[in-house]
Amino acid sequence: MAEALDLALFVQHRDGTAHIDLAVEGVACAACIRKIESSVKQLPGVLEARLNFTNRRLAVDWREDALAPSDLIAALDDIGYPAHPFQPERAETQEAQHMRWLVKCLAVAGFAAMNIMLLSVSVWSGTDMPQETRDFFHWLSALIALPAGAYAGQPFFQSAWRAIRTRQLNMDVPISLGVILALGMSLVETATHQHHAYFDSATMLLFFLLCGRTLDHAMRRKTRAIAGNLAALKAEFAHRFDGTEVVRVPAAALRTDDRLLVRPGDRVPADGVVLSGVSEIDESLVTGETARRPVSTGAVVHAGAVNFSGTLTMRVTATGAGTLLDEVERLLDKAVTARARYVRLADRAARMYAPVVHATAALTLAGWLIAGATIHDSIVTAIAVLIITCPCALALAIPTVQVAASGALFRSGVILNAGDAIERLSEIDTVIFDKTGTLTLPEPRVANAAEIAPDLLERAARLALSSRHPLAVAVAREARERVPIEGAAEEPGQGVRAMIAGSEARLGSEAFCGIKQHAPAESGTSAIAFSYAGRTAVLVVRQSLRPDAVETVAALRARGLDLVILSGDRPEAVRPIAARLGISDWRGGLKPAEKIAAIEALKREGRHVLMVGDGLNDAPALAAAHVSLSPISAADITQAQADAVFLGERLGPVVDAVTVAQRARRLMQQNLWLAVLYNAAAVPVAIAGLATPLIAAAAMSGSSILVTLNALRVRARKPARSVAASPTDETLAAASAT
Amino acid sequence: MNVLIYLVPMALGLGLTGLAAFLWSLRSGQYEDMDGAALRVLADDDVQ
Repeated sequence: MAEALDLALFVQHRDGTAHIDLAVEGVACAACIRKIESSVKQLPGVLEARLNFTNRRLAVDWREDALAPSDLIAALDDIGYPAHPFQPERAETQEAQHMRWLVKCLAVAGFAAMNIMLLSVSVWSGTDMPQETRDFFHWLSALIALPAGAYAGQPFFQSAWRAIRTRQLNMDVPISLGVILALGMSLVETATHQHHAYFDSATMLLFFLLCGRTLDHAMRRKTRAIAGNLAALKAEFAHRFDGTEVVRVPAAALRTDDRLLVRPGDRVPADGVVLSGVSEIDESLVTGETARRPVSTGAVVHAGAVNFSGTLTMRVTATGAGTLLDEVERLLDKAVTARARYVRLADRAARMYAPVVHATAALTLAGWLIAGATIHDSIVTAIAVLIITCPCALALAIPTVQVAASGALFRSGVILNAGDAIERLSEIDTVIFDKTGTLTLPEPRVANAAEIAPDLLERAARLALSSRHPLAVAVAREARERVPIEGAAEEPGQGVRAMIAGSEARLGSEAFCGIKQHAPAESGTSAIAFSYAGRTAVLVVRQSLRPDAVETVAALRARGLDLVILSGDRPEAVRPIAARLGISDWRGGLKPAEKIAAIEALKREGRHVLMVGDGLNDAPALAAAHVSLSPISAADITQAQADAVFLGERLGPVVDAVTVAQRARRLMQQNLWLAVLYNAAAVPVAIAGLATPLIAAAAMSGSSILVTLNALRVRARKPARSVAASPTDETLAAASAT
Repeated sequence: MNVLIYLVPMALGLGLTGLAAFLWSLRSGQYEDMDGAALRVLADDDVQ
């Protein structure tokens, strides 16, 4: 296409150089790195090109004015790597900074823990060590531990302080208290020439906990990077028309009152009003309705609809009151605030745990005082109780399982959006499906492909490659050899024709192919005709079920889950799908508010609902449900609401997600019990006043290693239906399908 | 025990050097692309 491509939105300028980040598809091996970097560096004016293999992003710097960013994309396209401009989200940049901070804290804590342990081991083993040397070692430990603790403890202190200010308790409150008391008491003990100091326990505790936090954060960053690339691959472009020239611009750069050209087969890039042109639009991604809506001058169109037959010019409007998007956003606000009240397992455990521990410590103090011990000894014992119960294992119990589980989900093609999604996913008892684009494939397919002669179908499909009409695109998916036929000519509004081996082939309307009026198509389907050398065929194009929808529904039912279909499509279109899947509980023709009402009704019965949906009209329902999943083909707003997104054409990842989540929850509970058991064994020792620093250190690392090993069992048995291909390949397959 | 007077500062100094080296490598972005570094070593464009 000869039209200009305007990527100014994605380019950053700094003293004469320009910079752009591109998400690159198809990077698979070491050779790709060199091939991509060297071919980009050969372009005039390029100063630096560096490919990050981990997140498949290419950063390019070039002298301003020497090069247009679209040349870069064209150059990459030439060597077979489609690239997409990429704008890092603010959240992603912030998370990268937070990650760096956590790793710094981890490094400081690790350095301190190792060096103090070196000194402590000398003290423990040197029974004949003179008091001066012991004091010297303790003072050295203090010199390392106090600044290191103040620095590396920040993530916990800050989080604990936030919780206390809102009058809540989280796991970081007992952690911070334990660390601060351990350091403070050790300092007093050192100053008074006592035998025991707990500097090693405090720093080791911080080190272990920071390991858990960092792992947790690294996993979340990885899934976010993948999601960011997918967003770039999916990003919509619009044809902006300023009266003289058509410019391709990213949809994100559109402003109100821009005039756009929407060709047949294009997606409407923004909400707006039709200025001229007559067409039919397919709003299945917006409302779930599979029948097309005729539009003409003055009609309101929504972002996400597909233009079907004629070219439209439209004007971009801001979302006005009364539009669908407006209603969706209003419902979203309500639904989102309702869900923020979920209390995570770790916080629930912390709320029970912290008061018990603090009460035990207080009772220990009182008990020893009554038993006649000195005030000093009583306080030391009480603090030892606090140190040994400091929830090292407890704080690792849940993050470690979460990291292992999100890794397992990642391999099955499920990308998590929300941190607590796994916990909520494990509690569900009802699954609600949307129909269009969720149970069915997002794009229509040829339904009667098996009844058509294979050679005829192949010719029709290869001819269809030359047209951008949505029906032709559906037919083109049947092509085994994806080579368009040369010399194909498109007749607007009629079809496409070409000469194949001396005979004319035509694909298009029935009249165009010389077929007399065919029986009217049933609702929700469209017919496209093909004629070649006197033979004709009518191809029926329809939304078809995802290939494994029947098995997935059966597998979910076998797990004892209740299944419901709530669709925005007409009841006539929903009935056959529900019948094929054997789901008796279904409703059609629902508006967004009615979907929410149905979910609320189930919630009042005490049910936990998993909502699986993709349409713009599903977004509020996804937010209202206990937990939600979206296919990667979903509308942007919808995807942002979903707790997790699944890749590919199969529905199987829904089962994987539920399976892994339930297993993860079992392991979280086991881990919590392991931590409680460890405390049950260690606390009596501490109450009796026998908790030497050696015992505290051994118990702490032992229990941490135990819960971490237990967490790894999430990945032991791979889910039976996991995707064979690696997520990145799957990602690209999904992206190229759209 | 006088040996401690220079052994202990030496041990601490070495430890701090390691920590400083790690923080420097973190700041200079050496952990941004862990998988790429493993593959880049295979490319031999500097041998030509």
